[in-house]
Amino acid sequence: MSASAEHTQSEAQVQAAASPRRRAMTPYLRTVGAIVWKDLRAEIRSRELINSMILFTLMTVLVFSLALELDADARQNIVAGVLWVTIVFAGILGLGRSLASEKDRGSLDALLLAPIARSALFFGKMIGNLLFVLVIAFVLLLLLTVLFNVTLFKPYLVLMVLLGSIGFTTVGTLLSSMTVHARARETLLPILLLPVVLPILISAVRASTGILDEMPSEDWMPWVQLLAIADVIFLVASYALFDFVVEE
Amino acid sequence: MSYSVQRTNVLRAITYGALALFVAAMIMNLFYVGPERTQGEVQRVFYIHLGSFLGAFLAFGATVVAGIAYLRTRNTKWDTLGVAGVEIGLGFSTITILTGMAWARPIWNTWWTWDPRLTSIAIMWLAYAAYMMLRAGIEDPERRRRFAAVYGIIAFASLLYTVIIIRLRPDTIHPVVAGPTQADPEGSFEVSGRIRDTLFFNLFTFAVITVVLVWHRVRLQNLLDRTERRKMEVLEEL
Repeated sequence: MSASAEHTQSEAQVQAAASPRRRAMTPYLRTVGAIVWKDLRAEIRSRELINSMILFTLMTVLVFSLALELDADARQNIVAGVLWVTIVFAGILGLGRSLASEKDRGSLDALLLAPIARSALFFGKMIGNLLFVLVIAFVLLLLLTVLFNVTLFKPYLVLMVLLGSIGFTTVGTLLSSMTVHARARETLLPILLLPVVLPILISAVRASTGILDEMPSEDWMPWVQLLAIADVIFLVASYALFDFVVEE
Repeated sequence: MSYSVQRTNVLRAITYGALALFVAAMIMNLFYVGPERTQGEVQRVFYIHLGSFLGAFLAFGATVVAGIAYLRTRNTKWDTLGVAGVEIGLGFSTITILTGMAWARPIWNTWWTWDPRLTSIAIMWLAYAAYMMLRAGIEDPERRRRFAAVYGIIAFASLLYTVIIIRLRPDTIHPVVAGPTQADPEGSFEVSGRIRDTLFFNLFTFAVITVVLVWHRVRLQNLLDRTERRKMEVLEEL
């Protein structure tokens, strides 16, 4: 522990000497990185979250296939909707656990007591959640490509998944840090989250459908841009509001 | 905290005033204004439809302003205004939805359709219902006020954006009362004199009713808080 602290300190000195502008940035980014790495390591060791998220994804796709009894044409039309609904519901599982497990173990107080910027905590948690959602999205793209026989690995669609996941996890992290204090937090999170992420969901589904139907890009490009704008709005709003949520 | 007699009298006066206005507005809707040329008698519900939408708009607007003001000043009166705004706004938007459905059944031949405007108000209703759920779910009062303000702000930002992007689709079938439409891109507001009078009278009436209801709800909340504090005091004495 002390060796690593010494190491980071000397590293910081080296970087501070190299460029004075990076001096203010790097400790902040390192804090964010430390929180992400902590969450990832905990997850790699326990695998409690990612396993249940992947299983949930498999089951949701199965339920959709059975409940909708789709022929080839219908599949093509509906696959974007199935993709995003599954990402959102599986994502909610992960978001709910991310801060709830910190609170149950009592480590949330320790994180809040640490002399770090609150926004670094937010971005650390958000990037951790984003990585889990991206793993789910990757599994889902693979699964839907195989089961629905629609090629989903298109560069723009992958970009859409990335943009949509960023917006979704940003709001999700903010709201789950509120619902963690509520009595019925597992039911409250989706109720709060779904109306708020609708702009993301609408533009993501519209753009994804356009891309999959191989429509000309001017038909769906506005939706990609609207989604990017929504991401920026939510990032700024969550950055500004997170301090108020965790201020005790 | 108790209210001055003067303020109570003012509130009582405008409450009776609002009641009188409402009766007058109903008489205008039913007797003064004639049936609309193409839609017939069912169009009379429109005055309440637009009036209650204005009420919901004002009340939800008060909530957002109150949320920002609460986070800045930490004065609990802003939180009281916020919860009053959401409750009154939910009531009014329910009236807007129900009157709209009653009108749509004969005119559109369906109770509901996923038209951009209908979708927007449904999402708005759900978001503010979620706000009430959040308040009910958090026990610590200070935290509840803070979270409600934060959610009120982010939900409003998201709603605004949703409404904008939903309406990028130009194919709405919802009538546009004022402002540009596809058939009339310049935008106009041409109705008969009696319809215009009735409409403006209803809008004014509903604005007054909204203020009165929010005011009453704020006082009720203050009373509840006072009762709660008294209860605590009595419990401590025991």
